Amino acid sequence: MTALPLWEVFVRPKRGVSHVHAGSLHASDAESALRNARDVYTRRGEGVSIWVVPASEVTASSPDEKEAWFDPAADKIYRHPTFYDVPDGVEHL
Amino acid sequence: MNLTLELADDALILSHRCSEWLTRSPEIELDIAFGNIGLDLLGQARSLYALVGDEDRLAYHRDAPEWRNCTLVELPNGDFAFSMMRLLAFASYECALFRTDPDTDELRAIFAKAAKEAAYHLEHAEAWVLRLGDGTDVSHGRMQDAADAVWPLLTELCSSAPEVEAAVRTQLAAILTAATLTVPTAAAPTQRGEHTPHLAELLGEMQSLAREHEGATW
Repeated sequence: MTALPLWEVFVRPKRGVSHVHAGSLHASDAESALRNARDVYTRRGEGVSIWVVPASEVTASSPDEKEAWFDPAADKIYRHPTFYDVPDGVEHL
Repeated sequence: MNLTLELADDALILSHRCSEWLTRSPEIELDIAFGNIGLDLLGQARSLYALVGDEDRLAYHRDAPEWRNCTLVELPNGDFAFSMMRLLAFASYECALFRTDPDTDELRAIFAKAAKEAAYHLEHAEAWVLRLGDGTDVSHGRMQDAADAVWPLLTELCSSAPEVEAAVRTQLAAILTAATLTVPTAAAPTQRGEHTPHLAELLGEMQSLAREHEGATW
């Protein structure tokens, strides 16, 4: 049996605002992928909305370039908004 | 009372048949789908047994002649086509039944909860019947065989609530037609309470643990 195409599954939790990657699965088409995702990834009440995306459509950064891509951000602490005092009375920050 | 026990027995026996698909489905995702559906049906059976008596006695300590389930649910799983066609028929029956107004508040509450489960079972089975019926020559042939096997058993399935039979037949005929299948016309004189040898075989497995280890818990 030929392996069916791979799909990436994103689930929005009950109290979440965005869809979060839950995992992947095999399915012959988008409709089956959605149905399978419902059965595999939301059977314990994890979600209220599902997206499925063909894994072949995902463009990923290369692990070989990980250092060049991500290490330079590690020591740029001035990019974090931590260098000022929050005035009294400012809420929701 | 007849309806409650008959529906409970139907649900539990079909739940067991669903569980038999685990590790045997074409894809792991379908294993899980059968498992989910089986657990929905198990939950329905437990709620219904609670209205009738002691669930353990009812499930584990009755021999085949005492069971009230219909022939459709006790038949072996056969191929994937038969299992899906059977699920389609049972889900269509449950959906129609759960739209009726039962005698008691307890049953009404169970119907309301189970209606959502049955709606998904119906959607799942319908998608597969459409896909395989209107698929390759092989899948079409298997689906037609499954339809021919299931159709004669509908009257017995609906015998607990005969008022829903017409709606079930209409719905199934529409789905079969959409799946490019021929709607069968055959009928069989099966009756609730009369069982094939397959039920005793199923119970032999399902009840063995409870009977060998009375009162066992885990």
